[in-house]
Amino acid sequence: MSAIANRYEFVYLFDVTNGNPNGDPDAGNLPRLDPETNKGLVTDVALKRKIRNYVALEKEGDPGYAIYMQEKSVLNNQHKQAYAALGIEPEAKKLPKDEAKARELTTWMCANFFDVRAFGAVMTTEVNAGQVRGPIQLAFASSIEPVLPLEVSITRVAVTNERDLEKERTMGRKHIVPYGLYRVHGFVSAKLAERTGFSEDDLALFWRALTNLFEHDRSAARGEMAARKLIVFKHEHAMGNAPAHLLFDKVRVERSGSAEAPARGFGDYRVSVDAESLPAGVSVTELF
Amino acid sequence: MTYGVRLHIWGERALFTRPEMKVERVSYDVITPSAARGILEAIHWKPAIRWVVDSIQVLRPIRFESIRRNEVGGKLSAAAVGKAMKAGRTDGLVAYVEEDRQQRAATLLREVGYVISAHFELTAKAGPDDSVGKHLDIFNRRARRGQCFQAPCLGTREFPASFALVEEGAEPPEPADELRGERDLGWMLHDIDFANGMTPYFFRARMVDGLIEVPPAMSSEVRA
Repeated sequence: MSAIANRYEFVYLFDVTNGNPNGDPDAGNLPRLDPETNKGLVTDVALKRKIRNYVALEKEGDPGYAIYMQEKSVLNNQHKQAYAALGIEPEAKKLPKDEAKARELTTWMCANFFDVRAFGAVMTTEVNAGQVRGPIQLAFASSIEPVLPLEVSITRVAVTNERDLEKERTMGRKHIVPYGLYRVHGFVSAKLAERTGFSEDDLALFWRALTNLFEHDRSAARGEMAARKLIVFKHEHAMGNAPAHLLFDKVRVERSGSAEAPARGFGDYRVSVDAESLPAGVSVTELF
Repeated sequence: MTYGVRLHIWGERALFTRPEMKVERVSYDVITPSAARGILEAIHWKPAIRWVVDSIQVLRPIRFESIRRNEVGGKLSAAAVGKAMKAGRTDGLVAYVEEDRQQRAATLLREVGYVISAHFELTAKAGPDDSVGKHLDIFNRRARRGQCFQAPCLGTREFPASFALVEEGAEPPEPADELRGERDLGWMLHDIDFANGMTPYFFRARMVDGLIEVPPAMSSEVRA
């Protein structure tokens, strides 16, 4: 499969209603906040985790679409015995000596694992070729307006330990964002795709993953999360035809109607893409 | 004779990790020459040339922010990959995030802006077609159009850098007033010598009105 031939940038909008899109381990799992602006944050790695999970679900067991960084919930490990049965002794701490060997290893990893091909991975080799930089690069997602996280106390009628039986119920806490529309910027480099073999099919799968990112990620903590818009800028030239920040500026998200009341739905925002004034050689598509 | 280029770069966040504080990452106050070189290379590089950073103009006040993330501790083992290749299957070759989780904080920079002044030198790998003018033209053309090999980043890849060429003769953006005066930034990473077993080199960074002069790699001010 040949690699993609165009550079892409994308703007991805998603929202959360009464949920916690990304907890902050430093703040007792409160939704992440930018302390300077009070805008909500979702880290790049949180989104990559969801992309991996989606690909693992859609391509379960398909050759070439294995996921290296797995969560236990998608564990499919019954073949481990067969693997051990082959009786291959790992060579103790022996790293590939020559670069060719290391390259062979990385090529094989790229061919077999979607996440290595898309996001890259670090391999413990002493040769430089052991490190893969993937074509896809995501930045932090940040909410359009400041969000105000709420702390909701909840009770549980059962207890964990027998000695607490007389307590009858335990209290817990949930942190939620009543509503937040988040915007994230992403980059796809055609040149790095060449090196990992990231193909058009992979790209289509990636767009599909973004489209359905939250459909298979429901949980008590997340509330209602939904992908709202995916705007893709495609450059004719592999190196690109225009600076990325100029393209990102073409996508504007504003409040519709009065900005006085807090936003509580996607309908409170208006997204506009200025497709008229695009630089030459760049085309824009709204995938949804 | 080589000719210089000036590149204006900026971004919302940046993380130029101090090597002595890399587990819970803490950023240097400003971009390192090594990171600046990486940004130039993301726009244009060939084995025939080597970028040399001459100075760094800091444009915005130095501010920090902290963020903690779930990360994994382990790296992909080459031996395991070799084993899976021989077996011809990917079963069992996975990293379980739950078993290898580490929570790490990073102290990063907010709202940064710099002007990198740099030039390049031809290396031993330069062929007869490699002239200074050619590579300079390619770089300037790409930087002007916003073209790049990969999106350049401010230290780590989750913090992309926006960039614009500062044309010859044009005035670069003015540094913020807070940066007036002289400031000692201490010992800072200059670059890593990949040819000689990845030896890091350091220099004493001094910022005068936001401007940091970067000594050349082989000078006495740079120590391994």
